[in-house]
Amino acid sequence: MFDSLSNRLDDIFTRLKSRGRLSEKQVDEVLREIRLALLEADVSLKVVKAFVKDVRERADGAEIHKSLTPAQQVIKIVNQALIDILGEANVGLEVGSRPPRVILMAGLQGSGKTTASGKLARLLKSQGRNPILAAADLRRPAAIRQLQLLGEQVGVPVHAEPDSPGHDAAGVAGRALEYARNEGYSDLIVDTAGRMHVDPELMKELGAVAHAVDPNEILLVCDAMTGQDAVNVAESFLEEVDVTGVVLTKLDGDARGGAALSMAFVTGRPIKFAGVGEKLGDLEPFHPDRMASRILGMGDVLTLIEKAESVFDEAEAKKMEAKLRKAEFTFEDFLTQMQALKKMGPMSQVLGMMPGMSKLPVADDQIDNQMPRIEAIIRSMTIQERNNPQVLNGSRRKRIAVGSGSSIQEVNKLVKQFDQVRKMMKAMSGGKGKGKMKLPKGMNPPPGMGF
Amino acid sequence: MPDGMLPELLIALGLVVLVVVVVFVARRGSQRDADVLDRPETTKAPVTRTEVEPETIVEPPPDVVEEVEVEPALRPSLRERLTKSRRFITGRLADALGQTPDEETWEDVEAVLIQADIGVATATRIVDDLREQVRERKIKDPSEIMALLNEELVSLFDTEKPRDLTYSDDRPTVWLIVGVNGTGKTTTIGKLASTLSRDGKSVALAAADTFRAAADEQLGAWGERSGAQLVKHQPGADPGAVAFDAYKFAKARELDVLLVDTAGRLHTKTPLMDELSKVRRVIEKEGTVQESLLVIDATGGQNGLNQAKEFARAAGVTGVVLTKLDGTAKGGIALTIEDDLDIPIKLIGVGEGIEDLEPFDPKAYVDAILA
Repeated sequence: MFDSLSNRLDDIFTRLKSRGRLSEKQVDEVLREIRLALLEADVSLKVVKAFVKDVRERADGAEIHKSLTPAQQVIKIVNQALIDILGEANVGLEVGSRPPRVILMAGLQGSGKTTASGKLARLLKSQGRNPILAAADLRRPAAIRQLQLLGEQVGVPVHAEPDSPGHDAAGVAGRALEYARNEGYSDLIVDTAGRMHVDPELMKELGAVAHAVDPNEILLVCDAMTGQDAVNVAESFLEEVDVTGVVLTKLDGDARGGAALSMAFVTGRPIKFAGVGEKLGDLEPFHPDRMASRILGMGDVLTLIEKAESVFDEAEAKKMEAKLRKAEFTFEDFLTQMQALKKMGPMSQVLGMMPGMSKLPVADDQIDNQMPRIEAIIRSMTIQERNNPQVLNGSRRKRIAVGSGSSIQEVNKLVKQFDQVRKMMKAMSGGKGKGKMKLPKGMNPPPGMGF
Repeated sequence: MPDGMLPELLIALGLVVLVVVVVFVARRGSQRDADVLDRPETTKAPVTRTEVEPETIVEPPPDVVEEVEVEPALRPSLRERLTKSRRFITGRLADALGQTPDEETWEDVEAVLIQADIGVATATRIVDDLREQVRERKIKDPSEIMALLNEELVSLFDTEKPRDLTYSDDRPTVWLIVGVNGTGKTTTIGKLASTLSRDGKSVALAAADTFRAAADEQLGAWGERSGAQLVKHQPGADPGAVAFDAYKFAKARELDVLLVDTAGRLHTKTPLMDELSKVRRVIEKEGTVQESLLVIDATGGQNGLNQAKEFARAAGVTGVVLTKLDGTAKGGIALTIEDDLDIPIKLIGVGEGIEDLEPFDPKAYVDAILA
């Protein structure tokens, strides 16, 4: 996500870095490029204009820090402007004074309300809460059934009235609230029908549903792929109901996501959650600070750490570190680590979170496609060969090539590269010796981002 | 990039990732930042797409779940539907063009195109062309400039191109419907089925979206409304198998058209795109896929072009269905898709009613954007 935008700014700033002090003309050029990059990332024009103006004003008024190059200064200003729109940190759900806390899901057709409702229910349940879902989408065929099935999958009950007439969404929601209150549920998540923001009848219906349940949260569900229309959508929904937050869906699929900026800018409300996959666990708290650094091409290292921690065993990792440092790292270890790495998601996704990696000249799926081939080659080695690659003579390599369905050249390359990288790692981890390994240049972890 | 390059690159990358991971994990004890690492424990037990044994039973009768009210048959034209947004744009353009064109004028014209999601590159090109012509022909009259812009936009479409959906010689004609999540594939199929049935054609629907909860039931409801027959398997079944069975079913009964609904999938997910290719291949073992229609959401932005590229590669897209044109969005990316990839827009969706699927007419579309 956001890769194109970060690539773009990367390009601009790489160019900037090679220059000395910025002239006004150069600032103009930078701003033009930023405008273009934001537009190409589907940030709404209106928002882009305001953003660029904001950055220019800040740049004009900024004190010159001796410690910063002009380029760093611009990056810092842009970063701050992004954070000012997206927010400093993740904003969670309102606590709510008395249960049940009511969360109303609203949005256009196909933005992912029902799926997001199911995911949110799962999230709340995993936090030890006791949520219930309400099926107030009486328009789309089988929407109720979809929610019921999702409820079953996440183990959360669903209040549904399949026989209600199609216009009684408010009634259904109201009765769901009554039921949830009587039965002592902690949260009520109300799924509503998708509606066009220009459809007065349906927008009124949304208002009626909101009136019936007096929600603590009204979450506007927005497709991350949304284009320029994001501002219109946000404005229209704000007019009808008091939107309290945004859920950005389908954020996993695509290089852009300017709608995030548009939505946050127009609504002035935080983006609270991000849908990042098709699985029901794929709803994450939205971290605006990370997104801002991501837009700036700083990677998303914090998410990477979190993911890593969930799949890597600490003791095992320490052992690996030691092995790496001493260049004792073997194909066998590599294979083990790759298995763990796989659990973190597609390689392309993991790489995308790393600073600077978005600039690599490799298509996303190429990496994911090629990984199995590498694995096949390694798996075609005997344990002895994996642990001790020196024994790999010609005939062994030939056997491995045949066994893995690759060419001998590929096997040779893999072995050679593995050896080189191993040595590189050793060199890199040398120097300071005992302590932590040093990262390659430009890959320092960014808490604080080190401007 | 040649394949041979990849292993070395990848192994380096793999190891680098590994190193970072190792370092961070090793750091965890000492440098834990509670705030940063505070995360609900939800991502640990993901529900996965489960492989279910293929269920070979075909269920021909429509599988209806619930009655859903059909929108009353109000049928304002596309132009009427787009009035709101049009007025806005017309005002802007008239304002912009009312005076002697200057730099700001052209910027405004470009802005109008960008806001229609046509994309910066295409918009810039159009405006540059327009400027050039206005200068050459010494045009001053705003209405003439408007007409020229209109012409320019229409010329991006191949107006001679046939946009009707086509039928194969042998029955059944197969139309495969593909697209990312939430664009309106199933709804489009419902509308198509209704139109076909009304024209006296016999229709079967293949519920090859076996992933999304209740997708088959949603399709079944449309089947019931249109009188089309539904072929479905168990949830989680192999979509290729569903398509195959549906094809054999439609062929055996000599039905006219088979509409294959597929699961929404993001075009960046290789395994899911491969799955789609397989659906197509499986049908082609027995027959032909006459039309492979990509459903594009008009509210979507620039990644529509990537969607089109990837789906064209995986499923041989023959046409675009541009849905949700009844809002304020213009779906300009479809214009870029047709211009860049030569994939014609064939149909537009302008509402939720069963009738709200119209043939695409480039002139009316451009008028609706600018007129």
